[in-house]
Amino acid sequence: MSKDSILKNPKNLKRRKLINSVMISLCVLAGLVTIIPLIYIFFYTTQSGISSLNVDFFTQLPKPVGEEGGGMANAIVGSLILISIGGLIGIPVGVLSGIYISEYSKSFLSSIVKFTTDILSGVPSIIIGIFAYGVIVIPMQRFSALAGGFALGILMIPTVTKITEEMLKLVPMSLREASLALGVSRWKTTLKIVLTTASSGIITGILLAIARAAGETAPLLFTAFGNSFWQTKIDQPMAALPLQIFTYAISPYEDWHRQAWAGAFVLIFLVFVVNLLVRFVTRNKFSGNL
Amino acid sequence: MIILALVFYVALEMFNDSAESRDKFGFGFIFSSEWNPVKEDFGALPFIYGTIVSSIVALLISLPVSIGVAVFLSEIVHKSVRTPISFLIEILAAIPSIIYGFWGIFVFAPFMRTTIQPMLESTLGFLPFFQGNMYGTGLLTASIILAIMITPIISAITRDVLKAIPKSQREAAYALGATKWEAIKMALLNARSGILGGAVLGLGRAIGETMAVTMVIGNKAQIVASLFEPAYSMASVIANEFAEASGSLHISSLIEVGFILFGVTFIINSLARLLIYSVTRNA
Repeated sequence: MSKDSILKNPKNLKRRKLINSVMISLCVLAGLVTIIPLIYIFFYTTQSGISSLNVDFFTQLPKPVGEEGGGMANAIVGSLILISIGGLIGIPVGVLSGIYISEYSKSFLSSIVKFTTDILSGVPSIIIGIFAYGVIVIPMQRFSALAGGFALGILMIPTVTKITEEMLKLVPMSLREASLALGVSRWKTTLKIVLTTASSGIITGILLAIARAAGETAPLLFTAFGNSFWQTKIDQPMAALPLQIFTYAISPYEDWHRQAWAGAFVLIFLVFVVNLLVRFVTRNKFSGNL
Repeated sequence: MIILALVFYVALEMFNDSAESRDKFGFGFIFSSEWNPVKEDFGALPFIYGTIVSSIVALLISLPVSIGVAVFLSEIVHKSVRTPISFLIEILAAIPSIIYGFWGIFVFAPFMRTTIQPMLESTLGFLPFFQGNMYGTGLLTASIILAIMITPIISAITRDVLKAIPKSQREAAYALGATKWEAIKMALLNARSGILGGAVLGLGRAIGETMAVTMVIGNKAQIVASLFEPAYSMASVIANEFAEASGSLHISSLIEVGFILFGVTFIINSLARLLIYSVTRNA
């Protein structure tokens, strides 16, 4: 495309301009096409969810087939317990790995850890479920909340690690140098100065991981297994919100579908709020993706 | 450090637990299309086929759209529009897959049955892919849902990679009289290995996706050319049968399916990460 051809051949220019506008509009179209399913899913879930959401949903146990009403109280509590177990496992490991990758990034090992974290974030969640089954369910001889929480914990690790790393990288080097220059030891600098500075970012990262874990279904199918009664012992099968949605969604009962929509609405709402919060806190700090 | 050990442990555990089925079926496991829990005869071919076809079709749908979105967000629109839209797309990535599946069976599958599938059959019906029974659920439905799910991932990475291409290159193109699209095309060409990485990453995500696929793919272990027909995927057979598997051979076979799935996603993800690192490292 030399300069001559542009000047001598106005038809060519016209064609290029045409291609230009066609391609640009295609890109704009792509943007819109992507937004449509989101808005559709969001409004559909909200619409069907809110209409079936009531106090019973949060306070009642599931009713047997055929009886109207009932709720998912046990599943909500179950989800909370599972996420707590997951958090106990996932958050410390995630934060520590993030610190390691960011603060000791010179070493060869830390780049391997970074790579492995990326790989772990791509491992399908159902595989983690099988893993938890092999490690906890088989030795214990029964499905348990512990196994479910363990699986969720592993799934939380990469998200927490990634955000911790990104947040720590934003802490100015001069801050670390100032602390080290005052004779503070390296680990104390990391703990007291760097971590404190980045804490709000890390907390949002943890929230993000929790929101993601709250919606995970696949790894719970054969670890926490589900339960239609109250259960708070962690060595027993336990209900979870996404599991309950799955069971109800594939059932043939109209009333159960309604409840599943209510559950779906609760989940979407949670995801939306957490993401909004994360956006708000990290607005000017970093524009990466996960 | 723990993470490192963990990934190896996961692989090891799955390898050990699938020993029984590996001993019994050997490599034939991958090529046999028999899956019969009653006769205790297991082969994974239909699941592998379902997983690969649904993921690749999803990628074919998603890739052009993702690149379009990335270009739209990073090169075309003003910042005031970009922020809310990229936020919405991030949310799209954060919606739990169970909700996609739920929406898929109750809203999208009927829409496929009444609108999209008849339309495809009347226009492209001469191809074997677009013939057959229209149930609504099936390979194509699963692929489209997967495409919606992986678009945010691919477009986010494409945006990152485009950001890593120096601005001066685009300015140079404009200075030579290039149109906007020509400048963008050049940036895209330079970023191609990174975009490929993003695509491969999306593929990995699609292959491992469980709940949404389980709910819309139809769950029938068969190999047919038509995209309308129900099929089965590796992740969904594990999800459906694991908890109520009969006999240790059944469980062991399911774990072997999981092991294959793990191996495939591991290779795909490594490849993707290496491609992405190679572009963004120097940014």
